[in-house]
Formats: sequence, C-alpha cells, structure tokens
Amino acid sequence: MAETKSATDESFVRFENIQKSYDGEVLVVKDLNLDIQKGEFVTMLGPSGSGKTTCLMMLAGFEPATHGEIFLDNRPINTVPPHKRGIGMVFQNYALFPHMTVAENLAFPLQVRNMSRSEQEDRVKKILDLVELPQMAGRRPAQLSGGQQQRIAVARALVFEPDLVLMDEPLGALDKQLREQMQYEIKHIHESLGVTVVYVTHDQSEALTMSDRVAVFEDGVIQQLSSPEELYEDPKNSFVAQFIGENNKLNGTVEKIAKGICQVRTDDGTLLHAEQVNVEGVGNKTTLSLRPERIEIDPPKGTKNVIKGRIEELIYLGDHIRVRMNVAGNDEFIVKVRNRADKRPLKEGQDTKIGWLAEDCKALDFVGQI
Amino acid sequence: MSDTQNSNDVLVAYDGTPLKQQLAKTTRRMKLRALLLTLPLVLFIIIAFVLPIGDMLIRSFHNPTGTNVVPNFAEVIQEWDGQDYPPDEMIKVFVQDLALARKNREVGKTVGNLATRVNYEIPGSRSLFTKTARKADKITEGPYLDALIKLDKKWANENVWVTLKRVTRDYTLSFYLAATDRKYDENENIIRADELYRIYLPLLYKTIALSALITFLCFLIAYPVAYLLSTLPLRTSNLLMILVLLPFWTSLLVRTSAWIAMLQTEGIINNIFVYLGFIDDENRIQMIYNATGTVIAMVHILLPFMILPLYSVMKTIPPSYMRAAKSMGASNFMAFRRVYFPQTIPGIAAGVLLVFILAIGYYITPALVGGSDGLLISNEIARHIQSSLNWSLGAALGTILLVVVLALYWLYNKLVGVDNLKFG
Repeated sequence: MAETKSATDESFVRFENIQKSYDGEVLVVKDLNLDIQKGEFVTMLGPSGSGKTTCLMMLAGFEPATHGEIFLDNRPINTVPPHKRGIGMVFQNYALFPHMTVAENLAFPLQVRNMSRSEQEDRVKKILDLVELPQMAGRRPAQLSGGQQQRIAVARALVFEPDLVLMDEPLGALDKQLREQMQYEIKHIHESLGVTVVYVTHDQSEALTMSDRVAVFEDGVIQQLSSPEELYEDPKNSFVAQFIGENNKLNGTVEKIAKGICQVRTDDGTLLHAEQVNVEGVGNKTTLSLRPERIEIDPPKGTKNVIKGRIEELIYLGDHIRVRMNVAGNDEFIVKVRNRADKRPLKEGQDTKIGWLAEDCKALDFVGQI
Repeated sequence: MSDTQNSNDVLVAYDGTPLKQQLAKTTRRMKLRALLLTLPLVLFIIIAFVLPIGDMLIRSFHNPTGTNVVPNFAEVIQEWDGQDYPPDEMIKVFVQDLALARKNREVGKTVGNLATRVNYEIPGSRSLFTKTARKADKITEGPYLDALIKLDKKWANENVWVTLKRVTRDYTLSFYLAATDRKYDENENIIRADELYRIYLPLLYKTIALSALITFLCFLIAYPVAYLLSTLPLRTSNLLMILVLLPFWTSLLVRTSAWIAMLQTEGIINNIFVYLGFIDDENRIQMIYNATGTVIAMVHILLPFMILPLYSVMKTIPPSYMRAAKSMGASNFMAFRRVYFPQTIPGIAAGVLLVFILAIGYYITPALVGGSDGLLISNEIARHIQSSLNWSLGAALGTILLVVVLALYWLYNKLVGVDNLKFG
C-alpha cells in the first residue's frame, strides 16, 4: 500500500526549494519541496493557476526554475535540456504529430535514438498491443477517436521506456465515461510497467482513483501531500477539505481543547465537538468541516454532536437522497441520506435534528464568512 | 436493404406532392436569394475580367487587318498554291484594293495598317506598301506584276507574296511564333528567328529565373519573421505585424522611389560604404537600374505575401508539438526538421505560389528600377500594348505568360496539392 514516505536520498524525483516567477513580480510556485519515489504514481491536483502545470513543465525542462534545484535520480537537472532528460510526456491535447501515421508517431522517439529499424517495428508493435490498438498503425491521428488518440499519446510516451512519465491533464478532452475507463487503463499500465508517473489534473476524482499520493496545490504551495484516503479522511486545512470531495462548513469559536477534541461554540450558540486538526488555540475562530455522508438525520441518543436544522430542498438521486438544509445560518448544508425503505419520508420545510461523531468533524483554519 | 419496399415508390410529403418537388419549392427562394447576392460580383467579373481578357486572348491569334484593307485580294489569294508568283489577275485585284483603300482612308483599314502588319513579318517592308499605294491608281493595265516591280524591286521577292497570302488570313499563329522567337520561311515552314531577333524566350526564361530567385529570398527572410510573429506574445506580435503590413499601406511608387534613393550610385548605401572605406569613391557599386535593383525592390514589396500565409499556418501549430518532440529525445534541430517544418509546408506552398505568380507578372517595379537588364516579360508586354501598338504580339506574350503560370499551378498541385494551401 502507498504511504507517505519521508524524504530520503533514494527519492527518484526531488524538488528542492523550487520557486518560479514568470514576470519577476508574482511567484507562481513558492518554495516547493517534493520527493517522489521510484515507481510511484503522484498526482498534482489543484485549481487552474495553482502552479501545478508549471511544476510539471519545470520537471520536463520546458520552463527554468527561478530558484532551487530539481533532482532526477540524484542528478541535478536544471541545466539539462529537455531532450536529454529522458522523460516521457503526455500532453493535454495529445500533441500527436498530424503529418505522421500512428506507427510513425510511435517510432519517432526510437528514430531519434538511432534504434535499428527492426527493433523500432518490434517496439511499436508491442506498445500498440499494450494499448490494445494494434490495427491502427497505419492511420493518421485525425482518423482516430478521442480515446484512441489518448491511448496512442500514452503509448508514445512509454515506447522508449522512460523511467519517468509526465502527464498533463491527459483526459481533459474526453467525455465522462471514456475518462473513467482511461483512468483505470492508465492505472493498470502504471502497475504493469512499474514506471514512475507524475500526473497533473484539476479533477479530484481522477486524482483519487489513480494515485499513490496526491499533492494538492493552491496558490503555488502544496497544501497537503498524502494518499487519497488520508486526503479525504484527514484534510490538513479548509482548502483541502473543500477541494477534495463534498464538504459542509460551520463557523465557530474554540472554547476548550482536550485530548485532541475541541469544543466549539457555533455562531448560533450550539456546542459542538470536533477533532483538533488546524486550530490555533482557545478563543480562536475555526471552521468545522464534515462530510455529507457522515451526518445522520434523527441521530440515536448519545450522539456527541446534535444540532437543529431545517430541510430546504430534497433531491432524489436514486441510490441516495441529497438533503439541502439550513444549519446554523448555513443554507448550503448538504446531508446525504441512503435510500432505504424503512426511513420515514422527509419533507421540505420540516425542522429536524441532525448529528454526527466528533471524529467525523474536523476543526480547521478559519475561512471567514461562509 | 428491405425486400418488401418497392423501389419505384416515390416518397411523398403529407399533402401528396412528391418530396423532392416539395423540397425544391422550399429551397428555391433561398437559392434565388443567394444568386441575387452574388450577381453584382458575377457581373463585375464578367465585364471587368472575363470579357477584356477573352478579347486579348482572341487578338493573339485573330488579326483581320489584311482582310480589312484588301478584302477582295484576301479572298482570291488563298487560291494561290504559293509557287513562284500569284497569277496576274490576283495581282490586279490587289492593286485595285490598294487604290480603293487609299481613296477611302477608313480608320483601321488604311494601307498603313496593312504595311505595319506586313512589317511585323518582313522588317523594313513598310515603305514598299505606302509607296505602291500612292501610285496604285496609275496602274491600269497588266501585266500588273511587272508594273509593280517597276515601281519597286522588292515586289520581285516571292516572300513578299507568300507573306501577303499569310497576313490576309484572319486567324494566324504568327504572333505566337514571334513571341517564341520563331517565324515562317518562304515555304511556310516554322523556323527559328534570326539570332538578332531572339529576345522573347530569353526574356521569359530570365523572368522565371528572377521570379524564382525573388521567391526564394522572400522565403528565406519571411520564415524566421513569421515564426517570431507566431510565437511572440500578442501585444508584441501585433506591433511587429504592423511593421510587416506598413509597406502594404504605402504607395508602391513611394516605396520604389525610396529604393532608388537608397541604392543609386550616389545613394545612401554607397555613401556609407565609401565613408566606411569598404569601397573607394571611383568603384561605387551599381545596385539599381539593373537586375539587382529589381530583385531587391521586389523582394521588399512581395515579402508580406510570403509572411502572411506562413504566419497564419504557424499560428495554428501548438507549441506542444515541439515540446512533445523534445520530450521524446529530439534535439531542437531534429524537432524542427521532423515536426515543425513539415507542418508549415501548406503555408510555404501558399506563400511561394502567391509570390511567384505576383513576381512573374510584375510590371511597375522593374520598369522603375530595372534599367535595361532588370526588365521582365510584363514590361515587354506593356511596351507592345502602349508604344509599339502591336497588340496581337502583346496578347500572345500575355497568353504565354498565363499558360506558364497555369502550368506551374498544375505542377504545384501535383506536388503539394492545392487543397493543402493555407492563405490564412
């Protein structure tokens, strides 16, 4: 299983105090430190403009780092030109050469390496089999569907057997169903080849599905770097909590901290208990984060946190019902209720009690008015 | 597909009219409107382009001067087998026609017209006709040939009569022969013109060679500029684009005159060279009023026509292609040669075609800065239209030029494919 590994000398890719500015006025990447182990699948996740693609371009060699050093296999590569780095790359719009056939596209990295013709053919055939498109060798990229182009782009990045493959939002142009299918395929290719992958996306479900570890970028800083599970279960701050999965927020003031549990008085006066994650201390404002599926309507007696709410809207989604509620002044409060026959029917406009466990509720940094 | 459906069945609309008919009815208005919208342009093209060019093309092989001036002779002379001299009764008709033409003096039907026409074929024969016509009414009895020879010994030359037979035919290849430095001999065989008169083919070759050179130089200069334009940030590239287009907005005459000021022997460039000591005052370089001047000025003028199609194609090539090539291990040069350059070929094709076709027919710049050895075929066409007034020869030269351009276009289509062209 993937787990957070400490920075060691064995890390395969290492960003050391990387800063990047395009105009000398704004830092798009602020003091980035990141270690990636060999064979790992690491995703850089973040909203657009968060610096994730810039990091990838610096690693690929297309953008110089303004400050700091990037190591590949313990070798500083700041002065190594892109074509000598030996890094495979899959681009956002695939960048398949339109004037070459699929086979020519795949043979291109082999030709520039002066590989013999027979070996080229051999490798091209093998990689086409891997992406399950052996019959497409003679076609032009424009004659392929989006998903096929995507696979060829992946194949082209892998055909010269690089140790490291970078992928820059490769699934962005595909429709939802194809995207999900490709996620699994890329994951399986990664597992079967053991290649190290650095993947950039702004789609959190993509990141969670595929990655060993996810680095959440915001404002040029990695907000959290951990496994998908940890990212969802234990967000380190409000941004991560908000960005990964669905999330409800409640503002309050910390009154007491004991054994990692904060007592928080919400703005409407209810006392709640939450796990202390990112609060400065007693008397400070905090934003509580809790997942919609961890909240229960009509909680059993003894539940630590109980608060009153008013059902504003019911949305029927088949397997579950989304209940939008007004809780403590927040009318975007979402509760997911499993669709079960024995539950009594909910009605819009109804006042009800809701509750959750203290450990399902994280006290994080204060984000201001919700 | 289905066997049950009768193939003779006609699809009908709801009210029973055949569907095709119904469809035609509904689209007729749209078609009519589209036609009306394009009508002014179609008329303009027909009146200002198709008709004049058609007229010129016809002139290149249809010249009725002979039949206009000596109509009766033109009819009878065609019976002659071209051996020795025509029978005396034919010559009698000729003398009578000549006298009549001199008496009538109708515009376009004077003896002078005929004299000019024959002069194209036999240089120096003009006076023979004007002189003879003056005395034609004095010759009243035969033998007419002897009377003519008495008047001027040149009538004893059989070639004069053969030529007369030829020029009194309305349709003739003479002008195409002249335009390709050829002529008829006494036996109506096509032979090459005398060395002294061979000027048009060498001029055509020179025009093609200079145009090719100009096109090549334009390409060399335009390619990096277009690349820069397509990669710079929008603000800077817009500024550069204005600099590229500036020559477009300046009068052609002004630009060409500016080159005269720059390039003449006492001009700026020569002065700078002398000042810097590259050349001494006596050996100033002749850069204008020769082929060099034509090439320099025309490269400047035609440069935007190369830059714009290149730019519009390069603009559409995402930088990720080059990046992809480099990420796969290709050096800068390799990535350029294998990935970038092939994708710019449609732009190169468009630019080369455009510049070459413009250059091959260029007139004003060579006329101003070309001196004598920088003149192109179009200058010669203009001379025949404007001053020598041999319109038929001008038209023949123009037609040959058109054919050359069309042939190149065809060849080009074979090599590059016209649907590959991208003008932007």
